[in-house]
Amino acid sequence: MSPVLQVEQLSKRLEDEIPVTLVDNISLEIAAGEFVCIMGPSGSGKSSLLYLLGLLDIPSAGRIWLDGEDTSHFGEDQLAKRRLEKLGFVFQFHFLLAEFTVVDNVALPMQRLGRHPQPAIRQRALSLLEQLGVADHAHKYPHQISGGQRQRVAIARALINDPLVILADEPTGNLDTASGERVQQILADLTHEMGKTVVAVTHDPAFAHRADRQIMLVDGRIQSG
Amino acid sequence: MPIQLQIALTHLTSRKRQTLVSLGGVILGVAFFLAVSSLMRGSEQDFIKRLIDNSPHITIYDEYRRPQTQPAQMQWPDAAISISHLTPKTENRGIRSYREKLAFIELIPGLQVAPVLIGPAVLSFAGREQSGSLSGIIPAKMKTVSTIQEKMLQGSLDALTANPNGIIIGKALADKFQLGLGRNLNLVTQDGGNRVMKVVGIYRTGNANYDETQTFSNLKPAQVMFNRPNRVNRLLIKLQDAYQANLIAKRIEANIGYKATSWIEASEDILSLLTVRNIIMFSVVSAILIVASFGIYNTLSTIVMEKTRDIAILKSMGFHATDIRLIFLFEGSIIGALGSVLGLLLGAGLMLILGQIQVKPPGVLEMTNLPVWWGVEQFELAAAFALTSCILAAYLPARRAGDVHPVDILRGQS
Repeated sequence: MSPVLQVEQLSKRLEDEIPVTLVDNISLEIAAGEFVCIMGPSGSGKSSLLYLLGLLDIPSAGRIWLDGEDTSHFGEDQLAKRRLEKLGFVFQFHFLLAEFTVVDNVALPMQRLGRHPQPAIRQRALSLLEQLGVADHAHKYPHQISGGQRQRVAIARALINDPLVILADEPTGNLDTASGERVQQILADLTHEMGKTVVAVTHDPAFAHRADRQIMLVDGRIQSG
Repeated sequence: MPIQLQIALTHLTSRKRQTLVSLGGVILGVAFFLAVSSLMRGSEQDFIKRLIDNSPHITIYDEYRRPQTQPAQMQWPDAAISISHLTPKTENRGIRSYREKLAFIELIPGLQVAPVLIGPAVLSFAGREQSGSLSGIIPAKMKTVSTIQEKMLQGSLDALTANPNGIIIGKALADKFQLGLGRNLNLVTQDGGNRVMKVVGIYRTGNANYDETQTFSNLKPAQVMFNRPNRVNRLLIKLQDAYQANLIAKRIEANIGYKATSWIEASEDILSLLTVRNIIMFSVVSAILIVASFGIYNTLSTIVMEKTRDIAILKSMGFHATDIRLIFLFEGSIIGALGSVLGLLLGAGLMLILGQIQVKPPGVLEMTNLPVWWGVEQFELAAAFALTSCILAAYLPARRAGDVHPVDILRGQS
């Protein structure tokens, strides 16, 4: 099976007064449908690698192929287009827009995509909320629901454009045990039942244990995995 | 509705107070812009109307714009000819064969013309003297080009026709000489004319100097007094469309040779003064709108600062920098458009109120309403200016928002 994400000799350096190497010469392949966890101590470059994989950041060196397409020569707008169509993000903090209701938050990326009529977008958003068990809160505002529910809403939003890859940055880092457990289960189900590729950064060994593969990062380099 | 517009609306409605303050600034700016400009333009047009109504639109003088060329210069135009100590031919001054010229001018459609012979005269009565000028007129023609008939307090222009020795004087002169209708006064001209004339009319224009010095008689006695038989030295023209004056004046001058001055040319200094006044007025009222646009800049900058996290998340979702910029430009445009519409309504209300205020300008007998101009252009101008300044005010925050780098924000958060 061809890899959905492939990186080759990827590096990210910050050229500040004291130059810092965040990601150091990493090469890896992630197959479609795979559930990969990136682990490592704080400052090991986990999040930086995730941002590079998610085309949010531009590498200092190396190449990234997404769905067989070399993205190294892409401009900002092209990268944004790929993020919209092929990637979904879930962050540690839920990052929902406070002035929009839950269902409107979920619908945002699909509205931006602009390929479907408004009723269809709404229907899809509601059915995703249903799947994730938060349909009852569809018309509430983010501050009216719990942290675990917000994270599930964020997952629904990441899924709305039917992406190839879900990238999650410490998705359970800010949740209580029960909610964290539920989110982990959902992400695992996404790969095993819906065939999505999930790449998650985590500190939590229990979460990493659910993954198909663990990648251990130390000082921006892959130590194992 | 595009998603960018939807987000813009949400931003604005979620911080109502800030939005209302910005909106209020634009509304007041537009309304004052409109009220002040309508008053300034109104008074300007009122002034020009007086200027047009009270003076002939074109005056033809018995002069040439350029001195007449000497025959030698006409014969050898390229030669280096210098003629010095030249005395012009002594001639009976005035417009030569004015009747033919009058006939030619009368053929031009849309105008009225009246011949006048004007010259200096000394008026005396009961030992008092006043130097002034005497205009010999044909009353029936004069009525068509001048508003003097409307300014008559006693008697009329027609009384001149009935009395060939009659004279019409201003109220100020009548007061000075303490004379009334039917009294005689003495006129002397430098050409040796000396005549006793009977007051058959008294007028008042409100211009003190004019009312004291200008007198009118029939054309014939004036020609005798000034010793210029069959001559006039002015042709006064009134047009149906006063703004054609420059064009028609040029055409007449080209045909008859004498200098023809339009009211526009004659009042150039006053008209340029009005232009300066307009520039000052527009700078002041524009300043109000510029201050208002600072309010918008401030509001949008605050939103951008508060919303950097949202901007980062939108960008990570796949929103382009252009989408983000568009959101904030929409916010500026919405405030601008809404502020313009409400400001125009408020401005129109102010204009209605201003139009009700009565004033008594100096030299005018009855009260008049403040002149308010209802031209569409100023509504368009106010709205366009407001909208432009709002979009410009939104541009800088919009650009800053578009430049937000999501990773910088995400890294700071997690």
